[in-house]
Amino acid sequence: MSGVEGTLSGALGGFRLDAEFAFPGEGITALSGPSGSGKTTLLRAIAGLTRFEGRLVVDGEVWQDGRVFVPTHRRAVGVVFQEASLLGHLSVRGNLLYGAKRAKGEGGLADAVDLLGLSTLMDRGVGGLSGGERQRVALARALVTRPRLLLLDEPLASLDAAAKAEILPYLERVHRALKVPALYVSHDAVEIVRLADRVLHMAQGRITAAPAAGDPSLEGLDAAARDALALAALRAGLGPGRGAR
Amino acid sequence: MLIATPIAWWLARRRAWWKEAIAALVTLPIILPPSVLGFYLLLAIAPQSPLMALLHPFGIRTLAFTFQGLVVGSMVYSLPFAVQPIRNAFEAMGPRPMEVAATLRAAPLDAFATVALPLARRGFLTAAILVFAHTVGEFGVVLMIGGGIPGRTEVISVRIYQLVENLRYGEAHRLAAGVAAFSFAALLALLLLDRRVDEAVK
Repeated sequence: MSGVEGTLSGALGGFRLDAEFAFPGEGITALSGPSGSGKTTLLRAIAGLTRFEGRLVVDGEVWQDGRVFVPTHRRAVGVVFQEASLLGHLSVRGNLLYGAKRAKGEGGLADAVDLLGLSTLMDRGVGGLSGGERQRVALARALVTRPRLLLLDEPLASLDAAAKAEILPYLERVHRALKVPALYVSHDAVEIVRLADRVLHMAQGRITAAPAAGDPSLEGLDAAARDALALAALRAGLGPGRGAR
Repeated sequence: MLIATPIAWWLARRRAWWKEAIAALVTLPIILPPSVLGFYLLLAIAPQSPLMALLHPFGIRTLAFTFQGLVVGSMVYSLPFAVQPIRNAFEAMGPRPMEVAATLRAAPLDAFATVALPLARRGFLTAAILVFAHTVGEFGVVLMIGGGIPGRTEVISVRIYQLVENLRYGEAHRLAAGVAAFSFAALLALLLLDRRVDEAVK
Protein backbone atom coordinates (compact mmCIF):
# COMPACT_ATOMS: atom_id res chain seq x y z
CA MET A 1 0.00 0.00 0.00
CA SER A 2 1.11 3.55 -0.40
CA GLY A 3 1.25 5.73 2.65
CA VAL A 4 3.01 5.55 5.95
CA GLU A 5 2.00 3.43 8.89
CA GLY A 6 3.73 2.33 11.99
CA THR A 7 3.79 1.53 15.66
CA LEU A 8 6.82 2.73 17.55
CA SER A 9 7.33 2.50 21.28
CA GLY A 10 10.08 2.52 23.84
CA ALA A 11 11.70 4.62 26.52
CA LEU A 12 14.32 7.30 26.07
CA GLY A 13 15.62 8.73 29.32
CA GLY A 14 12.50 9.50 31.36
CA PHE A 15 10.32 9.82 28.28
CA ARG A 16 8.06 7.08 26.94
CA LEU A 17 7.05 6.95 23.29
CA ASP A 18 3.99 4.87 22.45
CA ALA A 19 2.86 6.03 19.04
CA GLU A 20 0.58 4.29 16.58
CA PHE A 21 0.04 6.24 13.41
CA ALA A 22 -0.95 6.10 9.76
CA PHE A 23 -1.17 8.80 7.14
CA PRO A 24 -1.69 8.79 3.38
CA GLY A 25 1.15 8.80 0.87
CA GLU A 26 0.59 12.33 -0.32
CA GLY A 27 0.37 15.89 0.93
CA ILE A 28 1.59 17.36 4.16
CA THR A 29 0.58 15.81 7.45
CA ALA A 30 1.17 18.12 10.38
CA LEU A 31 2.32 16.61 13.66
CA SER A 32 1.15 18.97 16.36
CA GLY A 33 1.26 18.98 20.12
CA PRO A 34 2.73 20.73 23.13
CA SER A 35 6.50 20.80 23.54
CA GLY A 36 7.78 17.71 25.26
CA SER A 37 4.99 15.58 23.77
CA GLY A 38 7.45 13.56 21.71
CA LYS A 39 7.01 15.04 18.22
CA THR A 40 10.73 15.32 17.51
CA THR A 41 11.38 11.95 19.12
CA LEU A 42 8.82 10.29 16.82
CA LEU A 43 10.32 12.06 13.81
CA ARG A 44 13.82 10.86 14.72
CA ALA A 45 12.48 7.34 15.19
CA ILE A 46 10.90 7.41 11.71
CA ALA A 47 14.21 8.65 10.26
CA GLY A 48 16.02 5.81 12.02
CA LEU A 49 18.22 8.19 14.01
CA THR A 50 16.90 6.76 17.28
CA ARG A 51 15.94 3.13 17.51
CA PHE A 52 12.65 2.12 19.10
CA GLU A 53 10.69 -1.12 19.15
CA GLY A 54 7.97 -1.63 16.63
CA ARG A 55 7.11 -1.57 12.98
CA LEU A 56 7.30 1.05 10.26
CA VAL A 57 6.23 0.74 6.64
CA VAL A 58 6.69 3.55 4.13
CA ASP A 59 5.17 3.29 0.70
CA GLY A 60 5.06 -0.49 0.93
CA GLU A 61 8.69 -0.73 2.02
CA VAL A 62 9.47 -2.12 5.48
CA TRP A 63 11.87 0.21 7.30
CA GLN A 64 11.53 -1.51 10.63
CA ASP A 65 9.82 -4.65 11.85
CA GLY A 66 10.91 -6.70 14.81
CA ARG A 67 14.59 -7.38 14.27
CA VAL A 68 14.64 -5.73 10.86
CA PHE A 69 16.00 -2.21 11.15
CA VAL A 70 17.04 -0.34 8.02
CA PRO A 71 19.75 2.16 9.00
CA THR A 72 19.14 5.83 8.24
CA HIS A 73 21.52 5.99 5.29
CA ARG A 74 19.57 3.26 3.49
CA ARG A 75 16.16 4.86 4.08
CA ALA A 76 14.79 7.05 1.31
CA VAL A 77 14.05 9.78 3.81
CA GLY A 78 14.63 13.52 3.56
CA VAL A 79 15.02 15.37 6.85
CA VAL A 80 14.98 19.10 7.58
CA PHE A 81 16.06 19.79 11.14
CA GLN A 82 14.97 22.70 13.32
CA GLU A 83 18.30 24.44 12.80
CA ALA A 84 19.31 24.06 9.17
CA SER A 85 22.37 21.95 10.04
CA LEU A 86 24.12 22.65 6.77
CA LEU A 87 27.55 21.09 6.38
CA GLY A 88 29.87 23.97 7.25
CA HIS A 89 32.84 22.85 5.16
CA LEU A 90 30.85 22.84 1.91
CA SER A 91 29.32 25.54 -0.28
CA VAL A 92 25.58 25.68 -0.96
CA ARG A 93 26.18 23.66 -4.12
CA GLY A 94 28.35 21.21 -2.16
CA ASN A 95 25.57 20.73 0.38
CA LEU A 96 22.99 20.05 -2.32
CA LEU A 97 25.28 17.69 -4.23
CA TYR A 98 26.33 15.75 -1.13
CA GLY A 99 23.01 13.96 -0.90
CA ALA A 100 22.11 14.20 -4.59
CA LYS A 101 25.19 12.25 -5.67
CA ARG A 102 24.69 9.49 -3.15
CA ALA A 103 20.98 9.16 -3.95
CA LYS A 104 21.52 9.53 -7.72
CA GLY A 105 19.24 12.54 -7.62
CA GLU A 106 21.33 15.06 -9.59
CA GLY A 107 18.57 15.10 -12.19
CA GLY A 108 16.27 16.89 -9.75
CA LEU A 109 18.84 19.51 -8.81
CA ALA A 110 17.80 22.20 -11.29
CA ASP A 111 14.13 21.87 -10.28
CA ALA A 112 14.90 22.11 -6.57
CA VAL A 113 17.19 25.12 -7.07
CA ASP A 114 14.47 26.80 -9.07
CA LEU A 115 11.68 25.88 -6.66
CA LEU A 116 13.51 27.36 -3.68
CA GLY A 117 15.10 30.31 -5.48
CA LEU A 118 18.68 29.31 -4.79
CA SER A 119 20.32 30.00 -8.17
CA THR A 120 22.18 33.11 -6.96
CA LEU A 121 23.38 31.42 -3.77
CA MET A 122 24.92 28.28 -5.22
CA ASP A 123 28.58 29.26 -4.95
CA ARG A 124 28.34 30.90 -1.54
CA GLY A 125 29.70 29.33 1.62
CA VAL A 126 26.97 28.44 4.09
CA GLY A 127 28.41 30.64 6.85
CA GLY A 128 27.13 33.91 5.35
CA LEU A 129 23.54 32.84 4.70
CA SER A 130 20.56 34.26 6.57
CA GLY A 131 18.37 31.94 8.65
CA GLY A 132 15.68 31.79 5.98
CA GLU A 133 18.22 31.09 3.23
CA ARG A 134 19.76 28.31 5.29
CA GLN A 135 16.40 26.57 5.68
CA ARG A 136 15.68 26.90 1.97
CA VAL A 137 19.02 25.21 1.24
CA ALA A 138 18.24 22.49 3.80
CA LEU A 139 14.86 21.89 2.18
CA ALA A 140 16.32 21.71 -1.33
CA ARG A 141 19.05 19.41 -0.05
CA ALA A 142 16.42 17.03 1.34
CA LEU A 143 14.36 17.15 -1.89
CA VAL A 144 17.25 16.17 -4.19
CA THR A 145 17.86 12.92 -2.31
CA ARG A 146 14.71 11.55 -3.99
CA PRO A 147 13.00 10.80 -0.66
CA ARG A 148 9.87 8.68 -0.40
CA LEU A 149 9.07 10.48 2.83
CA LEU A 150 9.98 14.01 3.86
CA LEU A 151 10.36 14.82 7.55
CA LEU A 152 10.35 18.45 8.66
CA ASP A 153 11.11 19.19 12.30
CA GLU A 154 9.78 22.69 13.04
CA PRO A 155 11.80 24.13 10.15
CA LEU A 156 10.60 27.66 10.95
CA ALA A 157 10.89 27.59 14.73
CA SER A 158 14.36 29.12 14.87
CA LEU A 159 13.47 31.97 12.50
CA ASP A 160 12.21 35.45 13.33
CA ALA A 161 8.86 36.68 11.98
CA ALA A 162 10.35 38.35 8.90
CA ALA A 163 12.30 35.24 7.89
CA LYS A 164 9.18 33.10 8.43
CA ALA A 165 7.18 35.35 6.16
CA GLU A 166 9.94 35.10 3.56
CA ILE A 167 10.12 31.31 3.57
CA LEU A 168 6.41 30.39 3.88
CA PRO A 169 5.66 31.08 0.18
CA TYR A 170 8.52 28.75 -0.75
CA LEU A 171 7.10 26.04 1.49
CA GLU A 172 3.72 26.47 -0.20
CA ARG A 173 5.37 26.08 -3.61
CA VAL A 174 7.14 22.94 -2.39
CA HIS A 175 3.81 21.67 -1.07
CA ARG A 176 2.18 22.07 -4.49
CA ALA A 177 5.11 20.45 -6.33
CA LEU A 178 5.61 17.68 -3.80
CA LYS A 179 4.97 14.15 -4.98
CA VAL A 180 5.85 12.39 -1.75
CA PRO A 181 4.23 12.56 1.69
CA ALA A 182 5.65 14.91 4.28
CA LEU A 183 5.40 14.88 8.04
CA TYR A 184 5.61 18.42 9.35
CA VAL A 185 6.25 18.90 13.05
CA SER A 186 4.94 22.23 14.27
CA HIS A 187 2.97 23.74 17.09
CA ASP A 188 2.36 26.95 15.18
CA ALA A 189 -1.29 27.09 14.15
CA VAL A 190 -0.66 29.56 11.32
CA GLU A 191 1.89 27.30 9.66
CA ILE A 192 -0.43 24.33 10.03
CA VAL A 193 -3.36 26.14 8.46
CA ARG A 194 -1.29 27.36 5.54
CA LEU A 195 0.59 24.17 4.82
CA ALA A 196 -1.02 21.05 6.20
CA ASP A 197 -3.60 18.82 4.56
CA ARG A 198 -4.32 17.01 7.83
CA VAL A 199 -3.19 17.04 11.41
CA LEU A 200 -1.98 14.36 13.79
CA HIS A 201 -2.02 15.43 17.40
CA MET A 202 0.43 14.17 19.92
CA ALA A 203 0.47 14.28 23.72
CA GLN A 204 2.69 12.48 26.21
CA GLY A 205 4.26 10.24 23.61
CA ARG A 206 0.97 9.11 22.09
CA ILE A 207 -0.96 10.02 18.97
CA THR A 208 -4.22 11.18 20.52
CA ALA A 209 -6.43 11.89 17.53
CA ALA A 210 -5.94 11.04 13.90
CA PRO A 211 -8.52 12.48 11.52
CA ALA A 212 -9.66 10.09 8.81
CA ALA A 213 -7.35 9.98 5.80
CA GLY A 214 -8.13 12.64 3.24
CA ASP A 215 -10.22 14.67 5.64
CA PRO A 216 -8.55 18.05 5.87
CA SER A 217 -10.32 19.02 9.05
CA LEU A 218 -8.56 20.41 12.06
CA GLU A 219 -10.09 18.07 14.58
CA GLY A 220 -6.70 16.99 15.76
CA LEU A 221 -6.14 20.37 17.34
CA ASP A 222 -7.04 21.01 20.93
CA ALA A 223 -9.15 23.97 22.04
CA ALA A 224 -6.20 26.27 22.71
CA ALA A 225 -4.69 25.60 19.28
CA ARG A 226 -8.08 26.21 17.65
CA ASP A 227 -8.41 29.56 19.41
CA ALA A 228 -4.91 30.51 18.31
CA LEU A 229 -5.86 29.50 14.78
CA ALA A 230 -8.98 31.63 14.76
CA LEU A 231 -7.03 34.59 16.06
CA ALA A 232 -4.27 34.11 13.52
CA ALA A 233 -6.79 33.83 10.72
CA LEU A 234 -8.40 37.10 11.82
CA ARG A 235 -5.05 38.86 11.92
CA ALA A 236 -4.07 37.53 8.53
CA GLY A 237 -7.36 38.79 7.13
CA LEU A 238 -8.50 35.35 6.15
CA GLY A 239 -12.23 34.81 5.88
CA PRO A 240 -13.97 31.90 7.59
CA GLY A 241 -13.94 30.15 4.21
CA ARG A 242 -10.24 29.41 4.62
CA GLY A 243 -9.90 29.14 8.35
CA ALA A 244 -12.83 26.81 8.95
CA ARG A 245 -12.90 24.75 5.83
CA MET B 1 47.84 10.39 13.45
CA LEU B 2 46.64 7.06 12.09
CA ILE B 3 46.60 5.65 15.59
CA ALA B 4 45.31 8.77 17.31
CA THR B 5 42.28 9.40 15.05
CA PRO B 6 40.33 6.21 15.84
CA ILE B 7 41.14 6.56 19.54
CA ALA B 8 39.97 10.18 19.55
CA TRP B 9 36.77 9.33 17.67
CA TRP B 10 35.98 6.47 19.99
CA LEU B 11 36.63 8.60 23.07
CA ALA B 12 34.47 11.43 21.70
CA ARG B 13 31.48 9.24 20.81
CA ARG B 14 30.67 6.90 23.66
CA ARG B 15 29.95 7.94 27.20
CA ALA B 16 31.05 5.50 29.85
CA TRP B 17 32.99 5.88 33.07
CA TRP B 18 35.58 3.25 32.16
CA LYS B 19 36.29 5.17 28.98
CA GLU B 20 37.76 7.95 31.09
CA ALA B 21 40.20 5.37 32.44
CA ILE B 22 41.40 4.76 28.88
CA ALA B 23 41.53 8.51 28.31
CA ALA B 24 43.64 8.91 31.45
CA LEU B 25 45.99 6.15 30.32
CA VAL B 26 46.42 7.78 26.90
CA THR B 27 47.02 11.16 28.53
CA LEU B 28 49.50 9.80 31.09
CA PRO B 29 52.65 10.61 29.05
CA ILE B 30 51.88 14.34 29.45
CA ILE B 31 52.35 14.33 33.22
CA LEU B 32 54.82 11.48 33.72
CA PRO B 33 58.42 12.63 34.13
CA PRO B 34 60.29 11.71 30.93
CA SER B 35 62.61 9.50 32.93
CA VAL B 36 59.70 7.42 34.26
CA LEU B 37 58.19 7.03 30.83
CA GLY B 38 61.59 6.34 29.28
CA PHE B 39 62.39 3.75 31.93
CA TYR B 40 59.20 1.76 31.31
CA LEU B 41 59.57 2.05 27.56
CA LEU B 42 63.11 0.79 27.89
CA LEU B 43 61.89 -2.23 29.88
CA ALA B 44 59.17 -2.84 27.27
CA ILE B 45 61.60 -2.93 24.36
CA ALA B 46 64.40 -4.77 26.16
CA PRO B 47 65.29 -8.29 24.89
CA GLN B 48 63.64 -10.05 27.90
CA SER B 49 60.29 -8.24 27.74
CA PRO B 50 57.07 -10.13 26.81
CA LEU B 51 56.45 -7.56 24.06
CA MET B 52 59.75 -8.32 22.38
CA ALA B 53 59.17 -12.06 22.85
CA LEU B 54 56.23 -11.65 20.47
CA LEU B 55 58.57 -10.12 17.90
CA HIS B 56 61.32 -12.73 18.20
CA PRO B 57 59.88 -14.90 15.41
CA PHE B 58 60.30 -11.91 13.08
CA GLY B 59 64.00 -11.69 13.88
CA ILE B 60 63.66 -8.67 16.16
CA ARG B 61 65.29 -9.17 19.56
CA THR B 62 65.27 -5.66 20.96
CA LEU B 63 64.50 -2.11 19.98
CA ALA B 64 66.51 -0.56 22.81
CA PHE B 65 69.14 1.92 21.64
CA THR B 66 67.95 1.66 18.03
CA PHE B 67 66.36 4.17 15.69
CA GLN B 68 63.19 2.04 15.38
CA GLY B 69 62.92 2.07 19.16
CA LEU B 70 63.09 5.83 19.13
CA VAL B 71 60.23 6.01 16.61
CA VAL B 72 58.04 3.71 18.71
CA GLY B 73 58.88 5.71 21.83
CA SER B 74 58.07 8.98 20.06
CA MET B 75 54.67 7.64 19.08
CA VAL B 76 53.85 6.70 22.67
CA TYR B 77 54.87 9.97 24.26
CA SER B 78 53.29 12.04 21.47
CA LEU B 79 49.97 10.16 21.54
CA PRO B 80 48.21 12.45 24.05
CA PHE B 81 49.25 15.52 22.09
CA ALA B 82 47.54 14.06 19.02
CA VAL B 83 44.51 12.46 20.71
CA GLN B 84 43.43 15.40 22.87
CA PRO B 85 42.93 18.12 20.20
CA ILE B 86 41.32 15.68 17.76
CA ARG B 87 38.97 14.40 20.44
CA ASN B 88 38.02 17.98 21.37
CA ALA B 89 37.31 18.80 17.73
CA PHE B 90 35.06 15.75 17.34
CA GLU B 91 33.21 16.61 20.54
CA ALA B 92 32.74 20.26 19.56
CA MET B 93 31.20 19.12 16.28
CA GLY B 94 28.41 17.26 18.11
CA PRO B 95 26.36 14.38 16.71
CA ARG B 96 24.28 16.48 14.28
CA PRO B 97 26.60 16.61 11.23
CA MET B 98 26.89 12.82 11.23
CA GLU B 99 23.09 12.52 11.47
CA VAL B 100 22.70 14.93 8.58
CA ALA B 101 25.16 12.89 6.53
CA ALA B 102 23.18 9.72 7.29
CA THR B 103 19.94 11.32 6.12
CA LEU B 104 21.80 12.26 2.93
CA ARG B 105 22.55 8.55 2.34
CA ALA B 106 26.17 8.56 3.44
CA ALA B 107 27.21 5.26 5.02
CA PRO B 108 29.08 5.65 8.34
CA LEU B 109 32.63 5.37 6.94
CA ASP B 110 31.77 7.62 4.02
CA ALA B 111 30.31 10.19 6.43
CA PHE B 112 33.37 9.97 8.65
CA ALA B 113 35.72 10.72 5.76
CA THR B 114 33.62 13.40 4.07
CA VAL B 115 32.05 15.16 7.07
CA ALA B 116 33.76 14.40 10.39
CA LEU B 117 37.37 14.67 9.15
CA PRO B 118 36.94 17.98 7.26
CA LEU B 119 34.96 19.52 10.14
CA ALA B 120 37.62 18.48 12.66
CA ARG B 121 40.35 19.98 10.46
CA ARG B 122 41.47 22.46 13.10
CA GLY B 123 41.89 19.71 15.66
CA PHE B 124 44.17 17.85 13.27
CA LEU B 125 46.22 20.96 12.62
CA THR B 126 46.65 21.61 16.35
CA ALA B 127 47.58 17.97 16.85
CA ALA B 128 50.16 18.13 14.05
CA ILE B 129 51.77 21.26 15.49
CA LEU B 130 51.86 19.90 19.05
CA VAL B 131 53.26 16.53 17.99
CA PHE B 132 55.86 18.19 15.79
CA ALA B 133 56.94 20.60 18.51
CA HIS B 134 57.02 17.91 21.13
CA THR B 135 58.95 15.44 18.98
CA VAL B 136 61.60 17.99 18.06
CA GLY B 137 61.88 19.13 21.64
CA GLU B 138 61.77 15.83 23.53
CA PHE B 139 64.96 15.10 25.38
CA GLY B 140 64.52 12.84 28.40
CA VAL B 141 62.69 9.89 26.88
CA VAL B 142 64.92 9.91 23.84
CA LEU B 143 68.05 9.84 25.96
CA MET B 144 66.67 6.99 28.08
CA ILE B 145 65.68 4.61 25.30
CA GLY B 146 68.09 5.76 22.60
CA GLY B 147 71.21 6.24 24.66
CA GLY B 148 72.42 9.04 22.42
CA ILE B 149 74.76 6.84 20.36
CA PRO B 150 76.45 9.16 17.82
CA GLY B 151 75.30 8.58 14.25
CA ARG B 152 72.56 6.13 15.29
CA THR B 153 70.24 7.35 17.99
CA GLU B 154 71.60 10.80 18.60
CA VAL B 155 68.79 13.31 18.03
CA ILE B 156 69.44 17.03 17.69
CA SER B 157 68.33 17.97 21.21
CA VAL B 158 70.72 15.39 22.71
CA ARG B 159 73.53 16.46 20.37
CA ILE B 160 73.19 20.09 21.44
CA TYR B 161 73.30 19.05 25.10
CA GLN B 162 76.55 17.14 24.50
CA LEU B 163 78.10 20.01 22.57
CA VAL B 164 77.32 22.38 25.43
CA GLU B 165 78.70 19.89 27.97
CA ASN B 166 81.96 19.86 26.01
CA LEU B 167 81.98 23.67 25.89
CA ARG B 168 81.77 23.66 22.06
CA TYR B 169 79.48 26.71 22.11
CA GLY B 170 80.05 27.67 18.46
CA GLU B 171 78.74 24.37 17.08
CA ALA B 172 75.93 24.26 19.64
CA HIS B 173 74.92 27.72 18.60
CA ARG B 174 74.78 26.87 14.89
CA LEU B 175 72.73 23.74 15.53
CA ALA B 176 70.35 25.45 17.98
CA ALA B 177 69.75 28.36 15.61
CA GLY B 178 69.09 25.87 12.82
CA VAL B 179 66.48 24.05 14.91
CA ALA B 180 64.81 27.33 15.87
CA ALA B 181 64.66 28.52 12.25
CA PHE B 182 63.43 25.18 10.92
CA SER B 183 60.73 24.91 13.60
CA PHE B 184 59.54 28.43 12.90
CA ALA B 185 59.37 27.77 9.15
CA ALA B 186 57.48 24.51 9.62
CA LEU B 187 54.91 26.08 11.95
CA LEU B 188 54.44 29.05 9.63
CA ALA B 189 53.90 26.71 6.69
CA LEU B 190 51.25 24.74 8.60
CA LEU B 191 49.40 27.90 9.65
CA LEU B 192 49.49 29.39 6.15
CA LEU B 193 48.23 26.11 4.72
CA ASP B 194 45.29 26.22 7.13
CA ARG B 195 44.46 29.78 6.04
CA ARG B 196 44.49 28.75 2.39
CA VAL B 197 42.08 25.89 3.10
CA ASP B 198 39.87 28.28 5.06
CA GLU B 199 39.65 30.71 2.18
CA ALA B 200 39.00 27.95 -0.32
CA VAL B 201 35.92 26.95 1.70
CA LYS B 202 34.58 30.50 1.67
